[in-house]
Parts: sequence; structure tokens; C-alpha cells
Amino acid sequence: MRSSSQTPSEFAFQPPRPGEQLIYFEHLTKAFGAKRVYDDMDLDVRAGETLVVMGGSGTGKSVLLKCLIGLLSPDTGRILFQGHDLTRFTEEQFIPVRRHVAMVFQGAALFDSLNVGENVAYPLREHFPDMPADEVRARVAEKLALVDLPNTERLMPADLSGGMRKRVGLARAIATEPEVILWDEPTTGLDPVTTQSINVLINSMKTRLGCTSIVVTHDMVSAFTVGDRIAMLANRRIVQVGSPREMLHSTVPEVRAFLDARRVELFPGGAP
Amino acid sequence: MTTRQPEVDAAASGPPSLMDRAKERLESLGALSRMTGQVFSRAVRPPYDWRGLVFHTESLGVRSLPIALLTAMFAGLVISLQFGYFLSRFGVQYTVGRVVILTLFRELAPVLTALTVGARIGSGIAAELGAMTVTEQVDAIRALGADPLRKLVVPRVLACLIVLPVLTVFADVVGLVAGALVVNFQYAITLNLFFQGALDAVLMPDFASGVFKGAVFGLIIGLVGCFRGLTVEGGTEGVGRATTQTVATTSVSVCLADFFITQLTLSL
Repeated sequence: MRSSSQTPSEFAFQPPRPGEQLIYFEHLTKAFGAKRVYDDMDLDVRAGETLVVMGGSGTGKSVLLKCLIGLLSPDTGRILFQGHDLTRFTEEQFIPVRRHVAMVFQGAALFDSLNVGENVAYPLREHFPDMPADEVRARVAEKLALVDLPNTERLMPADLSGGMRKRVGLARAIATEPEVILWDEPTTGLDPVTTQSINVLINSMKTRLGCTSIVVTHDMVSAFTVGDRIAMLANRRIVQVGSPREMLHSTVPEVRAFLDARRVELFPGGAP
Repeated sequence: MTTRQPEVDAAASGPPSLMDRAKERLESLGALSRMTGQVFSRAVRPPYDWRGLVFHTESLGVRSLPIALLTAMFAGLVISLQFGYFLSRFGVQYTVGRVVILTLFRELAPVLTALTVGARIGSGIAAELGAMTVTEQVDAIRALGADPLRKLVVPRVLACLIVLPVLTVFADVVGLVAGALVVNFQYAITLNLFFQGALDAVLMPDFASGVFKGAVFGLIIGLVGCFRGLTVEGGTEGVGRATTQTVATTSVSVCLADFFITQLTLSL
């Protein structure tokens, strides 16, 4: 791992080797007023994997993503991204990081006043102001086709269904061709068929673009479908990280409680 | 198994004390001051968002014109009637133009425009940015590599800074014309006499102080509306709260600022 003494201005993304540690949340603490979200939390993310962070509502899953991308700051601890301590970055120094780390928001967070094409072009205009208009148009069309929404540039966000909004949000996130995609509750509020199509999309981002993904969700089906590793966030720290199989046979009380509650919810009369 | 600390500390329970509320207000004022500094530093440095500035100036200004003119017209009518009535007691009703123009230019046009239009513009900005905040669009702007202050706040604040003085000038004219017409009808003071007296009495500083007030009020309205919108908490309920707070804060701030600017301009 590179030294964290590098100054933020030196930040430049280096293509990692698959499986190498890419991101490390180290001794993270975070509180909102009197409500403490993390206590000395540690978690690592490896290049090329899809890491699912699972946990109940209000346990701080989304906060983790927002700390990584600089929308929130942890109180103490470090977030190392290829050895760079992101907690020392200013807002301006985060801009190049955000070209490599993109986020798909829970409600898609599309800009209501812009059409689909303009939404997807937004990060291109910010990160590559000199990119010719033709190239921007081509890139927008390519990314929309990648999320199975070709020729939708002129539609307004209000015209889209929940699943379509998520897809446009993804097209916008991958417009700058980032190496890391952060998914905030990607399947929340979607019907089972759309949920499955989003799961397929998450997997295809890994296979087609080679992206590293961090998915936060409380949807267990989605977690076990897309995750290479699953981390369980409970009691303000990661209580277990492991493969889906390891998590399924976990004896950690918090993990068991979460899995059993979901099983009861799915099969109230007992699992078949 | 180790004993976990409770997730929410005991200090959080119970209603906030007077001290807590005062601290919260001071912190909020500090944050608004910081935002003001950041807005100014961004406003003077390129790149400039001319399209955004024109769009917001047009949308805020044009849509506010009817209410501003209506308010100014009735203000002109009422004060002309009142002054005409009182001055006629002393037999000097022909001086009504002088009194009306000074009252309108120095005080009524900028303050009434700011209170009526400001409530509309400020709450509209707070609601718009508040909705963007709760739907994470403001976070998305940052996550996509842009600066929400530069994209959202600077064009709106500058638009308010332009729109309020312009509306104040319109209000000056409409109020004066309405006043001239009503005293002509009610007290048989000719339009010529009214305007002659008015123009003899008014000096450039009288006009300029009103326009200056309009600019300061515009700045207050824009900054408060943006600040309340960007600091919304608590979902759609929070958006509603932010809009009403914006109206209250801008109204009080406009009255306070009016007092201090009047003191300042009279002492010059």
C-alpha cells in the first residue's frame, strides 16, 4: 500500500490489480449530534469485487458511501483510497476522486429540470469541459444503451418509472467511466421483476466494465445475488465480512438475527 | 459479550433548553455568514454562469412584476389620499407631490416591494432548493464533480440583487403615477402641479437610497432563501418549515436592515 503521507493534490488513480486492497475504512467513528453511527469501524474493499454492506434501516449504510465520496466527513479515523487519506481532502481536492468513484443514489437524484440526455451529460460537462458536443452526445447514447434505455435522451425524469430512473442514474454515474460505483439501496421500492433487472445490471457492470462496486442494501435477495463478499453492519461496526456462503452459515448473533428475520418475513409458516 | 453503549446518549433526551436554542441560532447565523463569504468569492471568480443568471433574473423578475406593481399602485393611492387629506387641513395640499415622492422613493417602494416580492421569491427559492436537498439532488451535484454554491446559489442571489432594485424603480414610477391620478381626482391638484412639486423636491440621493435598499434587501432575500433551502432537514415536512421560516426571517431582516440603512443614509 502507498504511504498515506501523499498530499491530496497528488491524487491520481492507478489501475489496481484484481483483488488488491483498493479502499480501506480505518477506525472510523461518526456521530450525528448525540446519535453515534460508527464506533471504531473497519472495512476493506478489494479491486474488482462487488462488496455488499448489509444492515437494518438507520444503521449508517448510506453514510459509509457518503463518507467515501466526500459528501459527509467522519469524525475520526481514515478512509484510504489507493493509499490516499480522503478524510484530509478538501471539497476541491475531491473533484478528481469523484471522476473515479461514482454514486447511484437511492432515489436516483435525477435533476428534475434537465431531460435524461442532459442528466447523463452533466458529469461529462463538469469533468471534461472541453469535450466536443458530438462526443458528449455519443457518450450519452452509449451509456443509455448500456442500461437498456436507448433513445430516451429527450424524456424528462417525471416521465420515467422507478426502475427507469435508477437506470438513468446509473447511466449518469458511469458516464465518466469510473472505476468504483457506489450503489445506495439500488432495489428499494422496486417490484421483484425490476429488482432482478437491477441486480443483473449491477453484475453486468462488473463483467462489462470491470468496475468495483459497493452496494448498500437491506434486501437480502439482492445482496446474495450480486455480492462477492457481504459485510454486516450492526451495532455501529462491521460484525462480519465473508462470502455469501459464509454469511449464510454465520453464527454471529447479529447476522443470524438479520437472516432469520428475513426468512420469517418471506416464509411466515416456516421455510420450505 | 461486551456491553454496548446506548446508541443515543442520555443528553439527547428531553426538549432543548433555551441555551441550546440560542446556540443553534448562533450556529445557524455563523453558517449563513460563511455561506455569504463563499458565495461572494465564487461570484467574482470565473467561470460565470451567465445563462443561469439571465434565466433566474427573468423568471424571478418577470413573475414578480404584477404583485410588485399592484402593491406599489395601492401604496401610491393610499399615501396620496392620506397626505392630501392632512395637508389640505393646513391649506398646503399642493405640496402633496413632494411628500409622496420622498415617502415612496426613500421608504415605501423598496420596503413594500421587498416584503411582498421577497416573501414570494425567498420562499420559492427555499422550496425549490429544499426539494432538491431532500431528494439528494444537491448531493448528486457534488458527487458529479460540480459545486452547488456555484450552480444553485450564486445565480439566484445575483438575480435577487438585480431584480429587487429594478422592481423598486418600477414601484417608484407606478406608485407616483397612481398617487398623482388620485389626488387629481380627489383634491383637484393638476398632474402638472403634482409632478412639478415632486421633481423639485426629490434629489438623487433620495432615489439612490431607495435603490440601494432594494439591492441590500435582494441580497438578504436571496441568501436567506438559498440557506434555508440547502439546510432543510426532515423530508417534505422540513421543506414546508423552511419556506415559512424564510418568509419570517426575510421580513424581520428587511425591517432591521431598513432601519440601519435609513440611519446610515440620513447621516451621510
